[in-house]
Amino acid sequence: MFKDLQCDFAEALRDPSKPLPMGLVSQNSHGLEQRFAVYRNNVAIGLIEALEARFPVVRRLVGEEFFTAMARVFVQAHPPRSPLLMIYGDSFPQFIAGFGPAAELIYLADIARLEAARTRAYHAADAQAFDPSALAGMSDEALQTVRFMLHPAVEIISSAHPIVTIWAMNSDEKALGPIKDWRGEDALISRPGLDVEVHCLPEGAAVFLQSLASGLPLGEAVQRAIASSADFDLAKNLAALFGSGLAINYLKDSSEEDA
Amino acid sequence: MKRAYTLPARAGVGFKPDHFEAIAAAQQPLGFFEVHAENYMGAGGRPHRQLSFLRENYALSIHGVGLSIGGAGPLDRDHIARLKQLCDLYQPESFSEHLAWSSHGDVFLNDLLPLPYTQETLALVAEHVDEVQTVLRRQMLLENPATYLRFESSTIPETEYLTEIAERTGCGLLLDVNNVFVSCRNHGSDPYAYLADFPLQHVGEIHLAGHFETEDGAGNPLLIDAHGSKVADPVRALFTHVIARTGPLPVLIEWDNDVPDWPVLRAEALAAQAILESATSRAA
Repeated sequence: MFKDLQCDFAEALRDPSKPLPMGLVSQNSHGLEQRFAVYRNNVAIGLIEALEARFPVVRRLVGEEFFTAMARVFVQAHPPRSPLLMIYGDSFPQFIAGFGPAAELIYLADIARLEAARTRAYHAADAQAFDPSALAGMSDEALQTVRFMLHPAVEIISSAHPIVTIWAMNSDEKALGPIKDWRGEDALISRPGLDVEVHCLPEGAAVFLQSLASGLPLGEAVQRAIASSADFDLAKNLAALFGSGLAINYLKDSSEEDA
Repeated sequence: MKRAYTLPARAGVGFKPDHFEAIAAAQQPLGFFEVHAENYMGAGGRPHRQLSFLRENYALSIHGVGLSIGGAGPLDRDHIARLKQLCDLYQPESFSEHLAWSSHGDVFLNDLLPLPYTQETLALVAEHVDEVQTVLRRQMLLENPATYLRFESSTIPETEYLTEIAERTGCGLLLDVNNVFVSCRNHGSDPYAYLADFPLQHVGEIHLAGHFETEDGAGNPLLIDAHGSKVADPVRALFTHVIARTGPLPVLIEWDNDVPDWPVLRAEALAAQAILESATSRAA
């Protein structure tokens, strides 16, 4: 049965310790192993290359040899479940977090989260920035109840490590150098036009944006941001929300239902 | 059913995003561009912007690499739906896929894998091609594979198999001349004999690409369909031989690895175009 043959073929492809499927022929049986290896190699290398393309900074941080070895383990344990390779590796950051040999690089998994978010942002739906003049003339009280819809590319990656600085230094966005002030950074990933941007968020902004993203009204998002950081600067955050295309639409006056 | 043989009988190129600026800078003397369907299944952003540009300015071929038409299990309905959405949106002159399988269960293996040529698989592949054409409401082209081994259980020659699929389903064929050369060399057979048996009347497009040559453990030639170099001379000669019989057909240069600068790729396409034109002038 073809079904059984395909099953044996697929198992032998993914696990080199498995025997070759029965019934394969080539010009000379001595050549079979090497011919089957072409397929094995295509499968493994193709997927490792997909991860290399998606996680170039992780690769640079650990070196090519280490990356290939780590990716090989991931590919074996977590093969893609979809023919859309653009989404392959969404669970690579989580895998890295639990990957013993990389444990010393405590920030590596967070860098991978940032890189995974960049690909998602690259392919995210297009959306027009919201024109804040629509809010003109609204009372302060009404403004508090406005909810914003954020651009589908927007993601926030919070880390206990300076991931934006490390990412920028290893993607030629910023000169390499020692990081004197080692502290956590919140990365904002966005795509105002076609280019994906990565910015380091100021104090409180991550809580503010995440609150808005979860559907909370402006007033509540501000309160939460202030509670998380006394330095939260509302004017600057609103300027960023509207000026960088983070908000694409708004809803007003539905706060009563949720109160 | 809408026929798919509508790509212009000229040379085209497999689109690589790195070439976009160079391509957009001037109208290129090419008949069409081809893209891999799966790279344009994101929601938006630059890939769609670039594909829209190509669509507006050239004929377009959408080439799937992930449908697993030769899979023993059912086709992935979600994936067919995504292909339909893409074809509906961009209205390509041609949609094509491979005589191969690439998924097993819910695992995507990311390679074009071989299948035995039997009455059982023939019925299965024909059913899958039928399903794709029914959902997409268009004729598709099915591509002959590059293979590194064969199956003891195969009872039908590949050319006869493809003829039968085309006749049962009404699909067209994508004749990959590099794959013909690679497979025939790998199996110790004559590519000209293969082409003599190939149902050229069903061919809607030709693919040309480079391959890599090595040896297997028994010292026999092992050619790999690597798409990382220029079209080899014997493949070009085979292509010339085909065109002499068929007249001009749409022909695509595929170069997916170690992608060269645009002028090099464009020159490869123009060389293929010159072969098409010499066939036309001989026929005239």
